[in-house]
Amino acid sequence: MLEFRKEIFADERDDNLNEIGQPTQRQDMLGHVTGRTRFFDDHAFEGLLHLKVVRSPHHHARIRGIDTSAAERIAGVRRIIRAADVPHNLNTLLSLIGFGRDDEPALAEDTVRYVGEPIVAIVADSEATAYEAVNAVRVDYEVLPHVLDVEEALAPGAPQVNPAYPGNAFEYHDLYNHQKLRFGDVEKGFAQADYVLDERYQMSPIEHAPTETNGSIAAPETNDRFVVHTSTQALFFSLGTSAKLLDLPSNRLHFIGGTVGGGFGGKVDTLTEPLSILGAMLTGAPVRYVLNREEEMQAGPPRGAERWYVKDGVMNDGRIVARQLRGYFDAGAYTRLSSYAVHKCTAHIPGPYTIPNVSSDVFCVFTHRTPATAMRGFGVTGVDFALECQMDKLARAIGMDAIEFRILNAYRDGDMKAHRREAKNCALIECCQVAAEKANWPIRDEFKQMSSMTGGGGERAIMPVNAPARYDAPQPAAAQPPLQPAVAPSAPPPQPAPAAQPAPPPAQPAPPPQPAQTDQKRTYRFSSVVGTRRR
Amino acid sequence: MAKHRGRGVASINYPIGMNLGGDPSQALVHSNPDGKFTVALSSIDLGQGMKSVTRQIAAETLGVPVADVYVDTADSDTGPHCMGSFASRGTHRVGNAVIAAAKEARGVMLEAAAEELEVNAEDLETDGKGNIHVRGAPQRSISVADVAIAAQFRQGKTISGRGIFLIPLSDVDPETGEMTPVSCYAHACLVADVEVDDETGEVTVLEMNSAYELGRALNPKLVEQQLVGGAWMGMSHALYETTEPHYPSRENGAVDFNEYLMPGPGDIARHNIAVLERPAPDGPFGGKGPGEMCANPVLPAVANAVFDAIGVRINDLPISPERILRALKTRDGISH
Repeated sequence: MLEFRKEIFADERDDNLNEIGQPTQRQDMLGHVTGRTRFFDDHAFEGLLHLKVVRSPHHHARIRGIDTSAAERIAGVRRIIRAADVPHNLNTLLSLIGFGRDDEPALAEDTVRYVGEPIVAIVADSEATAYEAVNAVRVDYEVLPHVLDVEEALAPGAPQVNPAYPGNAFEYHDLYNHQKLRFGDVEKGFAQADYVLDERYQMSPIEHAPTETNGSIAAPETNDRFVVHTSTQALFFSLGTSAKLLDLPSNRLHFIGGTVGGGFGGKVDTLTEPLSILGAMLTGAPVRYVLNREEEMQAGPPRGAERWYVKDGVMNDGRIVARQLRGYFDAGAYTRLSSYAVHKCTAHIPGPYTIPNVSSDVFCVFTHRTPATAMRGFGVTGVDFALECQMDKLARAIGMDAIEFRILNAYRDGDMKAHRREAKNCALIECCQVAAEKANWPIRDEFKQMSSMTGGGGERAIMPVNAPARYDAPQPAAAQPPLQPAVAPSAPPPQPAPAAQPAPPPAQPAPPPQPAQTDQKRTYRFSSVVGTRRR
Repeated sequence: MAKHRGRGVASINYPIGMNLGGDPSQALVHSNPDGKFTVALSSIDLGQGMKSVTRQIAAETLGVPVADVYVDTADSDTGPHCMGSFASRGTHRVGNAVIAAAKEARGVMLEAAAEELEVNAEDLETDGKGNIHVRGAPQRSISVADVAIAAQFRQGKTISGRGIFLIPLSDVDPETGEMTPVSCYAHACLVADVEVDDETGEVTVLEMNSAYELGRALNPKLVEQQLVGGAWMGMSHALYETTEPHYPSRENGAVDFNEYLMPGPGDIARHNIAVLERPAPDGPFGGKGPGEMCANPVLPAVANAVFDAIGVRINDLPISPERILRALKTRDGISH
């Protein structure tokens, strides 16, 4: 049951539009409900071959030798692909935006780093034959020590997971093994607080569980090009990644997709396209590589695990005066997108609340498990679970209603956020009020009267002048090459129009946060962009 | 041995689009000689309705009926560059690119119409039904189809447009985390009512009441499917799902849907949703993006409701029957 509350924020909208706001039926609906829509796997090709991979049974092992002789003798096996056949067998997904070091091969070279890592690919006449050949490949492993826990991975003497990051953590700005957030002075806040709560939260990995698993079909086209039908969520991302791994000019690849059977973040990693295309290049025939459900669930990337330590300081009147977090994203063996989740998460802390003293250290940690990737709510779902459980505990500890507690601390237009940008276009208070009303959850009148549009700014907009002691290292990104043309700014970005905001009267129910003062007052320009740029 | 009811709440916000920018998408719009438009993209429709929402945005901007617009995506030979369909960026980023492209095409269309009607293009407006007329004089009118034919065969004009939307890359300060992550945020608050069986450890979600603020709802049915489906996913994440039930051990990982549990039709809770619309200043017609954020408040709201019901905190996800029973055992039963 869904209702629109058009009366709220009505003066910020022109509702007099023709097509926008209409419940128009999708242009592809009839195709979907009659089963006629064509997904990547609905493209039939004459002489289609099937690709399957040999996967590591070990968390961590050195490959001493690979014996494919028995597999080669199986009738219907067309080609066995090894790491040496991949033209440029090292990549990191975000190299397309210049973020991070190449750290992951398409096929493992001499070491496997997680259970399920692909080692050898078999191209055969049928899936059954490909599986038979996969089972016939003999790999001689020397099993090595492994680490599966994020904090153990960061401890001294832990087995090294990924040679690109010897400390088992992504390196930010070539300086730290984590991303920092510092706003105000949390220690001062905790000292001032009436009640301090320090808790640990853990989120296990989960599966995207799309109806259609990851897959692609690649086929030779005319002019020495390859057509690729794919389930990707990001067409040019996958095209660029494939072109890099295969050392091909991008215009030799013709990617077709756009209609996908569910993604939820699990179809960005370009798991199948490079090997499908390589199979088609090496055999001259169309090649199909689709993950089965077990591969999708255990070898394909999950939403990674996260561990959070949250420490809050709160006053008896309900104001949160300090919030400190330490978080660990379990990236698994390779970076994929987890490095980026750390930045997204850091910008999100401390949640939708105005808190004068905030600090966080967030790590992207490598462990010997299936690499994690994006999923619905990426970088935010886990920390929101931690923060909102924490909010409930804090409200109970000081004897305040859980919704009133949130409204009291909610950010408002004009407030300064911990990432040092002004809050605009806020609506948390209104959501709390309407949800309370729908749930028949009683809140006091003064909390019903509050608004995101008033009471913010003023003292709540003061930027702390403190910054922790500044490092003296040279600016690392200054000598880095520029971005690829594909994503370089080529047009001036549209600038958000300033939101119409009524002049904020002084905050009454939410007393102004105390801006922290330290003797460090240094202004500087930073030029380090988002981490290590490497081409 | 009894069933205990509890109630919990959570409120959240969510950033729209890829954080830190460097986040572009392009669109191309062109008309055929009958005045029917094609929008060429390389964005992906995952089931969320990418094609539909961009089609409505193009129709609104062009000033033509939605039936006269078709969205073609995704073919790398014909669709211009897009980062992809993730990070709740589709509606906001691609929608803005489509607006830019459709505005350019509309400009040519009105110039062509002005030439046919022998008036200034600035004096023309569209009626949204396939006609262009002089403002204040609806009888001086020409159909979009006639304009397109004239543009193609008499005037030699291309009724087409290019659009790009880019949030430029933002620096992140290594010491303070200062950054410009995104340009707008969606919001939500959700109340969950649950029942916990202290004998089996099972949690049943009885009802959810929520308010979601997501900028302008460009298509209310697509919004509804996201919010309903997203809450189901949040409930599933809170109570059922994991690929590694004994994390950090990888033992006993699920390999199919017999082992990987999710709530079935009988487990779905009644969900009463209110949608609030505070338009994003830089969103397409104020739209933000409901896709990801809708699952997030459910997890903590359910966890808080479980505590309200049985007085034990489960800080680890998922809140499985095993975890509940172990927690109850440690606490020696229910306490309030």
